[in-house]
Amino acid sequence: MTAQPLARRPQPGASSQDDPVISLRGLTKDFQVGGLFSRRTVRALNQVDLDVERGEIMALVGESGSGKSTIARCVIRLERPTSGQIVVDGVDVLRAEPRNASHAYRAKVQMIFQDPFGSLNPIHQVRHFLERAIRLHTGVGRRENIESTLEELMARVDLPADLLNTHAFELSGGQRQRVSIARALATEPQVILADEPTSMLDVSVRIGILNLMRRLRDDRGISMLYITHDLASARYVADRTTVMFAGELVESGRSIAVMDHPAHPYTQLLLSAVPDPDRAGSYDPVERARLRSAVLHSTSCPFGADRDNPCSATTSVRHVVGDPADRHWVRCHLYRPSAEVAARALAADMSEDDDVARPAARGKTA
Amino acid sequence: MTGITDAVPRNVLEVSDLSVEYRGENRTTRAVDRVSFTIGPGEAFGLAGESGCGKSTAANAIMRLLRDPAVITGGSILFNGRDVLAMSPDELRSFRWREVSMVFQSAMNSLNPVMTIGDQIADIFTTHEGLTKKQALVRAADLLDLVQIDAGRLKAYPHQLSGGMRQRVVIAMAVALHPMLLIMDEPTTALDVVVQQEIMAQIADLQRELGFSILFITHDMSLMIELSNRMAVMYAGRFVETADAQELFANPRHPYTRALINAFPPLHGPVGELTGLGEGVRFSNIPDLVEVSPGHLAALDPVSNHDIPGGRS
Repeated sequence: MTAQPLARRPQPGASSQDDPVISLRGLTKDFQVGGLFSRRTVRALNQVDLDVERGEIMALVGESGSGKSTIARCVIRLERPTSGQIVVDGVDVLRAEPRNASHAYRAKVQMIFQDPFGSLNPIHQVRHFLERAIRLHTGVGRRENIESTLEELMARVDLPADLLNTHAFELSGGQRQRVSIARALATEPQVILADEPTSMLDVSVRIGILNLMRRLRDDRGISMLYITHDLASARYVADRTTVMFAGELVESGRSIAVMDHPAHPYTQLLLSAVPDPDRAGSYDPVERARLRSAVLHSTSCPFGADRDNPCSATTSVRHVVGDPADRHWVRCHLYRPSAEVAARALAADMSEDDDVARPAARGKTA
Repeated sequence: MTGITDAVPRNVLEVSDLSVEYRGENRTTRAVDRVSFTIGPGEAFGLAGESGCGKSTAANAIMRLLRDPAVITGGSILFNGRDVLAMSPDELRSFRWREVSMVFQSAMNSLNPVMTIGDQIADIFTTHEGLTKKQALVRAADLLDLVQIDAGRLKAYPHQLSGGMRQRVVIAMAVALHPMLLIMDEPTTALDVVVQQEIMAQIADLQRELGFSILFITHDMSLMIELSNRMAVMYAGRFVETADAQELFANPRHPYTRALINAFPPLHGPVGELTGLGEGVRFSNIPDLVEVSPGHLAALDPVSNHDIPGGRS
């Protein structure tokens, strides 16, 4: 495809190219639970510090309920964090735009949602979704210019231009997700937050979407926060991977370093849950029970020899793992501020490992 | 464990040359095309393929759940030697659930939201075994215990359980009457990786305990290889390859099988660019399976034993 790149407008307030494009500091989010007048809260995010560099895909992995989508929803300003700082492109957005996100901010940060069947109104034509984004957020106004921009957007997500006049309900899941990506690209964003963009798609189109994400990073320098529970796809598409557990970050680093040499027992637990044909008889309940208890109760930290960063059960110490170039760190094994939340997260759906914990309960039925 | 110990091990399920068509006003689509396979006692047989390849249609045909416009146009289905296609409505009623049960795709949404878990499980026993409500609730508690859910949850409504727990309830209901064959259509697709792992371990445990056979349908090859003994890859209604699961993964012979395996990024080794199932790569006129090595059959050209010539278009 020989489409001209969209004209890049100067970014107001743009900071140095070396600064991270997203920088979260101490991000905390409490949700109120219970009735209208309830004072009870659940901490979904606890003191999250996370950087996404320019032109980087950062994967955020963790199981359901670990808070990964909450981070994205805070960054896109659908949720108001309880405390903390969100710096996007050098601007402290919660301070600069405390009430609602500005028009420019919304163009700069775009989001792709999990369900392409829910995120596109089925009765509209593809043209409608893209044209609205272009008219609202870019300087392109003349009819013929819009037409060429539309065609270029379609080309960029590998869709034929004649699909512009089809309705969303006529498209397949993979085509819809490509339209969602094109809609996000229409505002010329610097950052795309992709919340499980492939988990609802058929196997035959998943790799295509992942490859498209890689290409957008390589060719257009777009940064992405890729939220997923599919660790293999994070390894495939993301430069760095951050592991979340019970609302906190436990490990982060170059994707291959984290997956091949996981340092935190929770990361190891997560990896051991991935079906892997190369690992015969991969499910080992004894090993998993050991990892689980290490997550919740470990009393020693294998990185205790770190002189610059002595272990601490009360402050969130990050130990460097392996080659510093990998930017691989792991949270001190001793630090467990939200131990209750963690225990609940591990207990809720994991009772099947009771065959290790309480063998007597088994086998009395059937 | 207490499985079937016949002197002559007989196949639980024998499907031969099964064809299913969807008949529209203007055109007819053949969703399942001359498919044959067997499942032995206690065996887990996997059926892999992308959306629309006919794998769910084949499963529904075995349960005789197909409705207009789907029609079984040929072949036979033998369950324990009995002809499923010749069963009367009464026979079918006891055949379903008592002998073959099914866990549907997004099964956790198949629970009735306004009935308690206990009432829904008890329904199985009052309907199929004629128990009183009280007896049925006792059995329901046992059943929840089997999938390690606290019996106190009998009074819970589905929305009060997590996705993984709901899925376990559905699986417990499927094995309630100790069927000989459990059909699972993408049982873990909507779940996250940790919960998926737990459900799969649960299924393996139950199978060891109760000795049923499994027909397991998914598009995730890695997951399938973990559970299945033998498996088949389906494409456009036809089987393109069938073999022992490990063998199939180690030595895929058909290009589509290779593409399906490559559609998932690996967890080890170098990160290269994958093409997966490139949209637009299509096979047509898939020939019959030929044996390429003992127990390993692939739809390759019978003469050259190579990829189908001109199979891609």
